[in-house]
Amino acid sequence: MGRYLIRRLLQAALVLAVISAITFFLFWATPANPALLICGKNCDTETVAQVNATYGFDDPLIVQYGNYMEGLVSPAGRTIGSEGNERECAWPCFGESYQNGIPVWDSISDAFPSTLWLAVGAAVLWLVSGVMLGLIAALRKGKFIDKFSVGLSLFGVSFPTIVFGYLLLFLFIVKLQWIPFPDTANAALFTVGPVKWLQFYILPWITLALVFAALYTRLTRANMIDTMNEDYIRTARAKGLDERTVVFKHGLRSALTPIITIFGLDVGGLLGGAVITEQIYSITGLGKFSIDSVLANDLPAIMGVVLFAAIFVVVANIIVDVLYAVIDPRVRLS
Amino acid sequence: MNSKGDAVSESAKSRPFLEVKDLQVHFPTDDGLVKAVNGLSFSLERGQTLGIVGESGSGKSVSSLAIMGLHKGSRAKVTGEIWLDGAELVGMSVPEIRRMRGRQMAMIFQDPLSAMHPFYRIGDQLVEAYLVHNDAPKAVARKRAVELLDRVGIPSPDKRFSDYPHQFSGGMRQRAMIAMALMCDPSLLIADEPTTALDVTVQAQILDLMQDLQKEFNSAIIMITHDLGVVAQMTENVVVMYGGRVVETGAVRDIFYRPEMPYTWGLLGSIPRVNKTGSARLKSIRGTPPSLINLPKGCPFQPRCDQQAHVEGRSCVNELPELLQIGQDGHSVRCHIDTGQRKRLFAEEIKPNL
Ligand SMILES: Nc1ncnc2c1ncn2[C@@H]1O[C@H](COP(=O)(O)OP(=O)(O)OP(=O)(O)O)[C@@H](O)[C@H]1O
Ligand SMILES: [Mg+2]
Repeated sequence: MGRYLIRRLLQAALVLAVISAITFFLFWATPANPALLICGKNCDTETVAQVNATYGFDDPLIVQYGNYMEGLVSPAGRTIGSEGNERECAWPCFGESYQNGIPVWDSISDAFPSTLWLAVGAAVLWLVSGVMLGLIAALRKGKFIDKFSVGLSLFGVSFPTIVFGYLLLFLFIVKLQWIPFPDTANAALFTVGPVKWLQFYILPWITLALVFAALYTRLTRANMIDTMNEDYIRTARAKGLDERTVVFKHGLRSALTPIITIFGLDVGGLLGGAVITEQIYSITGLGKFSIDSVLANDLPAIMGVVLFAAIFVVVANIIVDVLYAVIDPRVRLS
Repeated sequence: MNSKGDAVSESAKSRPFLEVKDLQVHFPTDDGLVKAVNGLSFSLERGQTLGIVGESGSGKSVSSLAIMGLHKGSRAKVTGEIWLDGAELVGMSVPEIRRMRGRQMAMIFQDPLSAMHPFYRIGDQLVEAYLVHNDAPKAVARKRAVELLDRVGIPSPDKRFSDYPHQFSGGMRQRAMIAMALMCDPSLLIADEPTTALDVTVQAQILDLMQDLQKEFNSAIIMITHDLGVVAQMTENVVVMYGGRVVETGAVRDIFYRPEMPYTWGLLGSIPRVNKTGSARLKSIRGTPPSLINLPKGCPFQPRCDQQAHVEGRSCVNELPELLQIGQDGHSVRCHIDTGQRKRLFAEEIKPNL
């Protein structure tokens, strides 16, 4: 187990290194000119040359990449800026934004809580509703409630998030005015209090959860129907167990195993930012941050958000694999 | 031992311990109604063993599931009567029959590979079977589980208790399955091909074990098997099934030495014998089992029967022969051929070739 984890973590580091290299070199393969972006209005040949020297854009790409990685790998971070104007960039150093000079790590840590709350709230919502609906549908297969939930989930997967989100916003905030228009870009639970916090997040949660809830309903239903036809379910009944034990202890346990793993990967993916939902509700999370960075050709910001998101995906993968081995004794980690 | 009230045992006296009467199990499917069991009747007393034989698809497993009430809640249509110890099972509600499962009747399932839950330890699955019906501490249940694992021949049972099903070999799993069925000392044990995955020595041990337990608890056993050797060794009475019906039934010696139904002759002819040579060694019954969706109107065995020429005055194609008793001991046969003629045929044509 210990050796397995170490090997997986080393693999993860390698994956992240490859991702960072690809992002870095892809960026420079585009006709972007960060120096022009940095000096902005006062650009002339001289300032551009100066900026290039300051930021090291003159160095070979491989050297630049090495410098960048040093800030992530070395516990002391690294020094950035030109001579006479040097600044310490503490670990983890993702560099400074070309747009505004703000350390990328600061922006990421500011944006992350919103993304985290959005993802976690939505995840709870879709997991509970999806599994419950799927379970009920499976146990009442062919009955009205089954057809209803199958129809609902078909609707859910085919309804574009962006349309659904704006519809919710328009209906509940603009038209019915059940929910006040959010007056902050980010609602932190401890500063605005639970009521405002819920009002802020409820529609984004529903928006983000819809597609997932629909998928999880279908998945749970299909898995549960398969599982309840297994011979070991018949054995459980033949022992004299009551139907509740049969369904929950013997049926759901098997049916949920694959769902748990998919759930881990989905949540891990969303922690890098839910672009569309954050955009609709103007939540300044990682999703919005990544769009802004890409539109501005802001390499350090793009690198930062890509790597940060990748870390969650990679870690979620490891957690899911370990969890799978814990749940299913037939799976051995090696 | 029997905790049932007097009123129940009163009516039980007039009935056999287990009585299946005109059992029908039909499955509605997209292709049509699958008539898996069509009017099955037999009875069984405590302390006795009944063998059920018949080729694959003849409805043996489906009938046993009906006795366990395991078709309830599915689309299967079950009609007829099943009386167990004075209680009628077909009309019983799920919560009622649930309390009988595992305790009054238990089943050893045909396929032990898939019949155990892959996520739970073997021991825990046995313990669970005990604790459903016994209000006992877990330690007691555990002790019982280890003891039974030992009795079915699992080596170092207290260690193997903690293994998962996939860590057991096929034969060990089958033995664990048997141990699980025995956890609550059931008074009726249905064993659906319990020894097919086992080698001959282990098979003999298991059969011995079942006989011991039967003596100890005076339980009734239904032994479903393809192995006529097992039937000969274990059972007092035999039911031969074909197309979801009984085609011949009787005491085991009648079935082996005085069989009268051409299908039974076929079954006996297909037992491998070392002393036979050449083409005479193994005779299979020609043709295939009937479609259960379009059952023949007449005798279900008619399309495969080589003895139709001996029928007089009846039509094998159009008339279903009744299951008629001949002689004593409940030996009954479903065949249009006259019984005297059948006896002669068996003695002159069939027996010499067996
Ligand atoms: N749930 C079901 N739906 C439709 N048909 C079924 C169902 N269960 C069983 N059958 C059919 O009923 C028939 C009898 O099956 P059964 O399992 O009782 O055979 P069996 O005598 O036990 O055979 P084997 O010796 O191979 O175990 C088969 O043709 C089978 O296809
Ligand atoms: Mg069977």
